[in-house]
Amino acid sequence: MRVVVAQHAPSLRERLKDAAAVACVALLLGVPMIGLTTVDQGGALHVATRWPVLAIFVTLCFIGRLLARFGLDRLQLRRRSRPAAVSALRGTGALTAWVGWSCLGVALALPVIFSDNRYVVDTATTVLIYVMLGWGLNVVVGLAGLLNLGYAAFYAVGAYAYALLSTQFGWGFWQALPVAGAFAAGFGLLLGWPTLRLRGDYLAIVTLGFGEITRVILINWTDLSNGPNGIASIPRPTFFGLPFKPDGDTPTFASFFGIEFSPLHRIIFLYYLILALAMLTNLFVSRLRKLPVGRAWEAIREDEIACQALGINVTNVKLSAFAISAMLGGCAGVFFAARQGFISPESFTFNESAIVLAIVVLGGTGSQLGVVLASLVLVLLPELGRDFADYRMLLFGAAMILIMIWRPGGILAKREPTLRYRALSRDGGGP
Amino acid sequence: MALALQQLINGLTLGAVYGLIAIGYTMVYGIIGMINFAHGDIYMVSAFIAVTGFTLLAALGVSSVPLALLVVLVVSVLFTSVYGWAVERTAYRPLRGSTRLAPLISAIGMSIFLQNMVQLTQGARVKPIAPVLIGGFDLLTIDDFTVHLAYSQVLIILVTVALMLAFTFVINRTSFGRQQRACEQDRTMTALLGIDVDRTISFTFMLGAMLAAVAGVLVTVYYGVVDFYIGFVVGIKAFTAAVFGGIGSLPGAMLGAILNGLIEAFWVAYLPPEYKDVATFAILILVLMFRPSGLLGRPEVEKV
Amino acid sequence: MNAPLLRIENLSMRFGGLTAIDDLSLDVHDARITAVIGPNGAGKTTLFNCLTGFYRPSSGRVSLAHPRRGLLQLEELDSHQVASRAQVVRTFQNVRLFPKMTVLENLIVAQHQRLQQASCFTLAGLFGLPAYRRAEAQAIAVAVDRLTRLKLIDRADAVAGDLPYGMQRRVEIARALCVDPILLCLDEPAAGLNPRESAELNALLQSLSGEEGLAILLIEHDMSVVMNVSDHICVLNYGCKIAEGTPEQMRSDAKVIKAYLGEDDEGEQPGEFSGAPSQ
Repeated sequence: MRVVVAQHAPSLRERLKDAAAVACVALLLGVPMIGLTTVDQGGALHVATRWPVLAIFVTLCFIGRLLARFGLDRLQLRRRSRPAAVSALRGTGALTAWVGWSCLGVALALPVIFSDNRYVVDTATTVLIYVMLGWGLNVVVGLAGLLNLGYAAFYAVGAYAYALLSTQFGWGFWQALPVAGAFAAGFGLLLGWPTLRLRGDYLAIVTLGFGEITRVILINWTDLSNGPNGIASIPRPTFFGLPFKPDGDTPTFASFFGIEFSPLHRIIFLYYLILALAMLTNLFVSRLRKLPVGRAWEAIREDEIACQALGINVTNVKLSAFAISAMLGGCAGVFFAARQGFISPESFTFNESAIVLAIVVLGGTGSQLGVVLASLVLVLLPELGRDFADYRMLLFGAAMILIMIWRPGGILAKREPTLRYRALSRDGGGP
Repeated sequence: MALALQQLINGLTLGAVYGLIAIGYTMVYGIIGMINFAHGDIYMVSAFIAVTGFTLLAALGVSSVPLALLVVLVVSVLFTSVYGWAVERTAYRPLRGSTRLAPLISAIGMSIFLQNMVQLTQGARVKPIAPVLIGGFDLLTIDDFTVHLAYSQVLIILVTVALMLAFTFVINRTSFGRQQRACEQDRTMTALLGIDVDRTISFTFMLGAMLAAVAGVLVTVYYGVVDFYIGFVVGIKAFTAAVFGGIGSLPGAMLGAILNGLIEAFWVAYLPPEYKDVATFAILILVLMFRPSGLLGRPEVEKV
Repeated sequence: MNAPLLRIENLSMRFGGLTAIDDLSLDVHDARITAVIGPNGAGKTTLFNCLTGFYRPSSGRVSLAHPRRGLLQLEELDSHQVASRAQVVRTFQNVRLFPKMTVLENLIVAQHQRLQQASCFTLAGLFGLPAYRRAEAQAIAVAVDRLTRLKLIDRADAVAGDLPYGMQRRVEIARALCVDPILLCLDEPAAGLNPRESAELNALLQSLSGEEGLAILLIEHDMSVVMNVSDHICVLNYGCKIAEGTPEQMRSDAKVIKAYLGEDDEGEQPGEFSGAPSQ
């Protein structure tokens, strides 16, 4: 039986009025930005008008509002008539596991399927860097509930640490990775120690400040970082000592395995490398979540005062979250530097921090799979919009707003408990 | 000595501009507890409107500077307040009552959106306008250094002071001000008393946008160049100022902004200028370490 | 009588011009329930905050005779040290659970200290070494024991914030018990409970103090709880102790009646409650 919920259905007149109001606002917004513009003519500015474009914009807003309103009303009506289906969907933890495993399967098979398509593998590598960054930031934002708007600083520290260690001291990727990670973690402690007493939004602005300070220092401390020019010719990672280059005197990856050299080898190797690093991160964070320290992170997010009353040293727990998150960001930075072969402060702006934070929040704070989905959306969406390259970031911003409105809790908002009594008592007959 | 005086003037000017923007941050934070990341971009939009406005008036042959200033100010304030309203209505209102992070992300999205919209519609290049207000007073000369007070600086400081007075009146004496303060204290209770909270919040955004609009026009007059990226840097500085002074406190925002302006001006004069942004943040961090709720913010007693 | 477990001497707490606690002295003993009562705003919760390190008292001393660690000055400890080192654990007037975590997780978090050490500060835990596994199994056993005791075991996997209010209060007590307290401070544990639940609470408190020798410090408005279970009552008004003694003494104390109980003595209807009156 279908239940029809009675509700006030707006008449056509009301709908038209509503849309007209939106069109009016659109007109007001559009006049100074779309209708008028200034163009440089011979060194002086002149005003140019684009009234037809404005007219199209306003009309589109009118029609768009009319259709959107109508669609939303229909959707709401339908959602109200079958609330059971929604709640049933929510209760499936098995579904997320299934999606997670199939994502991993696709990720493993991807370079094989697209073995001749450099673009796809490259983009997938970018997605995975963001996944790793997202998982790293998730420790602080998703689990410990601390806002960090300067995550790019840790990313930068890792990248510069590797760049300097490799170009100045000739360290290899695998030697530098743990050292750079530890260095970033130390940086995280340095940042966290004075600031973690601050409440949420103060912490946010201070982390933002630290991010900017790091960038400004990287730009200006030329002796260390080579300033805005960045560091170039950073050695690429080798396959256990076998470099990816055309055959020469020394054994290379291609000559060792007796295959023909192809520049794609390195691309694919890099892809698997970041996949392995990301999976390691995932394993590490999931494991931590089920340990006392991880539970304490979540408990602090839920209620700091209760934590204190239970004997948890809140400062230490927060610091550990900061350090571990920084370490993971630093490791991602090492990979970034090794992949690009060139880094400059330009790669570590606030936008980078904002994108990673958006990935965490859009994915659903605390959800590992959510981070993957959000990275896919946020990296692929601008890529899909390459045909209108100018509109990429515009779409990006709009997508952030729309996804947030569509799902304020993130794409996957459901929290998985770290242990279940029912499962425990079933396994071993109860402790 | 003369340099110090000059930097004092420059710092106060800069501080006044930061202050006008910081008030928007602090009011929005006070009423809905979110960092309105798009506020700096509202200011940027206003600066672009000002560029178009001055150019248009020049083309129409309006030569009277006061008239041009007045017209541009009014037009810019009107259009920008619509932007303020629309930003709140589309990006924040649907998220009211959800988690703390959701509106923040939506605000960052809105900031990216506005920046790129302006870049697309107005062009990515820096826009220099013909100087609007030229000249100034030469105050005194010591050792070949003349302390100069530009008319535009006088304008900025005077307008800011006048607006602050008007604004204090609005918040303390008018019924909107009362509603606004009531919403800051307890939104639920205010709604129960029959006050339209949504409308009050909308007004707050519009008021913040208006002040930012004035700042945008004044900065356009002062510097004469505008680009789509100015919103971010100035926005961050203004927000820092608001936190510095104690977020949620209006006098605090003004004080923090002036201090921020002075720190920046003096740092540029006496210390490596490329690190001036580091200075702002470093001092902010130091202040927060010792006074976690800012200079004039009420220290929060931990309610157990 | 033995030496007290907790001795509060001349404790004062001032906020600016307001004196919330004024020169208060009080002893709390093992295996006894000490109740602190008084009208709203009498300074009861402030007293708890001073004891548990959330406030630094303006003056006075709070000494705890810890059975293993000797004499501890609670007023010098941070709030987390009060729980971890002195094993003085409190609950809150408005329940403070970890609302999105399950009941069982709430109780495991309470054993953080022990588990964190067993996990060698995460390292042993990361590799799942047997020592850590044993500690975790033991922690779960402790949690299950407390849950069984508070009749919450059916809800072990429920999300704490979704439980009804009375049950949340019980979870909070169960969680506090997981810290292994030597002194349990309960801030209005019966608030919002129905008569049956509050009778069950009486029984629980009595068994904790009577059978296990736990010292309990109790703030409570519900006279059926206070009069039935307390061994000793301290009455506060405007931050001052106005009377102290057994429930019977308090019932007839003129000052107490005037300040607090008023004309309507709620505690005089024991028939309504199943919890046996003490002594």
